Amino acid sequence: MADIKRIKVGTASCGLAAGAGAVLEALRKQAGSIPVDEAGCMGHCYAEPIVELELTDGTSVFYARVKGTDEAAAAILAQSEEGRFVFPEKRSKLEKLLVTRLAGRINPVSLDEYKANGGFSALEKVFAMTPEQVVDAVKASGLRGRGGAGFPTGMKWSFLAAKKVPDKVQICNADEGDPGAFMDRSMMESVPYQVLEGMLIGAYATGATRLFIYCRAEYPLAIKHLTIAIEEMKKAGLNKLPNREAPLEITIKEGAGAFVCGEETAMIHSLEGKRGTPRFRPPFPTDSGWNTLPTAINNVETFANIPIIFQIGAEAYAAIGTEKSKGTKIFALAGDVKTPGLVEVPMGITLGEIVYDIGGAEPGTVKAVQTGGPSGGCIPASEFGVKIDYDSLGKLGAIMGSGGLIVIGNNRCMVETARYFLNFTRRESCGKCTFCRVGTTRMYEALERITSGKGSMDDIAFLEDIAPKIKKGALCGLGQTAPNPALSTLRYFKNEYLAHVQDHVCEALACPALVDVAIDPAKCIKCKLCVKTCPVGAIDPANNFSVDNAKCTKCNSCIEVCPKKAVSRVRKQSANA
Amino acid sequence: MNSAFSYLGEVEPEKGNLIKGLQLIQTREGYVSNDGILAAAEHFGIPAAEVEGVLTFYAQFKRTKPGKYKLSVCDGTACHIKGSTQIRAWVSAELGINDGETTEDGLFSIETVACLGCCSLAPVLSINGRVYGKLDRKSLTKILNEYKAKG
Repeated sequence: MADIKRIKVGTASCGLAAGAGAVLEALRKQAGSIPVDEAGCMGHCYAEPIVELELTDGTSVFYARVKGTDEAAAAILAQSEEGRFVFPEKRSKLEKLLVTRLAGRINPVSLDEYKANGGFSALEKVFAMTPEQVVDAVKASGLRGRGGAGFPTGMKWSFLAAKKVPDKVQICNADEGDPGAFMDRSMMESVPYQVLEGMLIGAYATGATRLFIYCRAEYPLAIKHLTIAIEEMKKAGLNKLPNREAPLEITIKEGAGAFVCGEETAMIHSLEGKRGTPRFRPPFPTDSGWNTLPTAINNVETFANIPIIFQIGAEAYAAIGTEKSKGTKIFALAGDVKTPGLVEVPMGITLGEIVYDIGGAEPGTVKAVQTGGPSGGCIPASEFGVKIDYDSLGKLGAIMGSGGLIVIGNNRCMVETARYFLNFTRRESCGKCTFCRVGTTRMYEALERITSGKGSMDDIAFLEDIAPKIKKGALCGLGQTAPNPALSTLRYFKNEYLAHVQDHVCEALACPALVDVAIDPAKCIKCKLCVKTCPVGAIDPANNFSVDNAKCTKCNSCIEVCPKKAVSRVRKQSANA
Repeated sequence: MNSAFSYLGEVEPEKGNLIKGLQLIQTREGYVSNDGILAAAEHFGIPAAEVEGVLTFYAQFKRTKPGKYKLSVCDGTACHIKGSTQIRAWVSAELGINDGETTEDGLFSIETVACLGCCSLAPVLSINGRVYGKLDRKSLTKILNEYKAKG
């Protein structure tokens, strides 16, 4: 048995939430002279907290779901056979780790470690090229914006490079506001230098003089790691470009909780200290952006791709993926799957491979995936054979989006899902234009009526009528895409809408207004746990444990607490009668 | 300027830093009071109405004093799918307060947030930034009781 050279604990946000802090502490107490380092996220979130033992023979041993106890730490230090983690073979075969290659494998804030693993080698290569050659290489790579819209990155850079003014701005969009997406958070937490290297290459190529990272305030660890990384790079003199006298300043600006600020013109307003409302384009930011200076905005994942392009070469990069979507895409896989996490796959992989082979969902238990968050749509299981790229998802009524991929199981209600997203966009609408402000609210109200059993066929007709009008009339991307969740569920799951309206039935038993709670007397052992836990006193033990469904708030407390699973949701009786 | 806010001097008085200034006030005070708005207006040299206009646009800023323990219940997509509506209702039932409210003893306040980015642990909530995942009724009660006991 080889000796342990070094111990690494995954301490990105999800690792910490799973208890990695205690694991780190327990290991440090007993490790003696063996270094115990923090690493980022390897993307196997379901297995957190993860510990890696680097052995002197060059191999590694992994442990999953480690407990933060002294016993657990002692067992790991003894290289116990128990609890060892082997990366799922199916997933490893399908994944292509390019951009996330170093995530979770190195100490995120160590400049030396990043350099030792090929970091800043791309920057060196770039400095030997002219800025024009760099832009051309990015064009040749076929990289498209990873924020969701898929605009060719090289083209955007060429617009900025063409501006012959002394002051230009480059912004890294780290305002990852899509609920259900955490790719950018993980990249900033795990490989901050890679994102920053991409930004330096961008500044060299476009001539940008002011660099901003607009990061949402909900990501404190990402901000911390970026701040340390920027400081370290300054110390090492890595903030100087060969074609420039003044060193580059990279400023981190924290967002303040507004989804619409992910839209580029809104983000610019926010960076100027104003309300984050979008404005009409043109002029495009590359013509007039931050304080009227030419400005290019790229997403975190886009920047993280840049060093890779120059490491492996634009041609090799362009060889990965489909005809019009090159490279890999990082997806945040969550929802009704066994093994959620962050996965990096080549463009052109099928949805089914992600959901079933990587996520471990059982075929037949899933009815849809939701991509692109509130701007995206639901894709039904029958279409899971589709090869993922920007264009194929668009054809199905969804979008690639930034990479949130939520798997929706059979027991979820699609109308409720649409209602949820419209509630989100309605609240996040900035209120500037009527189509979005009023339109999303009216759509939400119709969906609310349907899910509460008060909907009519008119509501469905209304949704189908108003949705395209909002898409056409809204000023910015938020409003233009807000109807998508309703439109796509109406397209693929209209039967659920009809069941809610015509039969007052929610098949998934998810909509509280359309379900009753019932106790199965055959299973009930009369332990009264449900009676004690019910917050509204709706269960009467004197009356054979009957549930007063008029009182019941459908809070599920009794269902969770019942040791015999005798309590369950059933279709509302009065509606069927 | 109101000397209670003299720490605003840490922030360059450029308009582009207004949000940063307001974030500093909120970090120090827990919320942004009327006095805070007036101090920011003076520091950045812009009308108080404009400061309030910017402040109210962003969900992060609070106008009332939050509790000692700030609960953020995540209602992101993954959490929603995994039952965050129930979590939210249970928290309210346990503490007797609604969104944006603070308990009478000043101990707890709750808010619903869009996404904490810990989707793989859904459903989650955070208390003063510490994230608790894979919640169910039992674990939730246990967590809240721990904080209640701490006082």
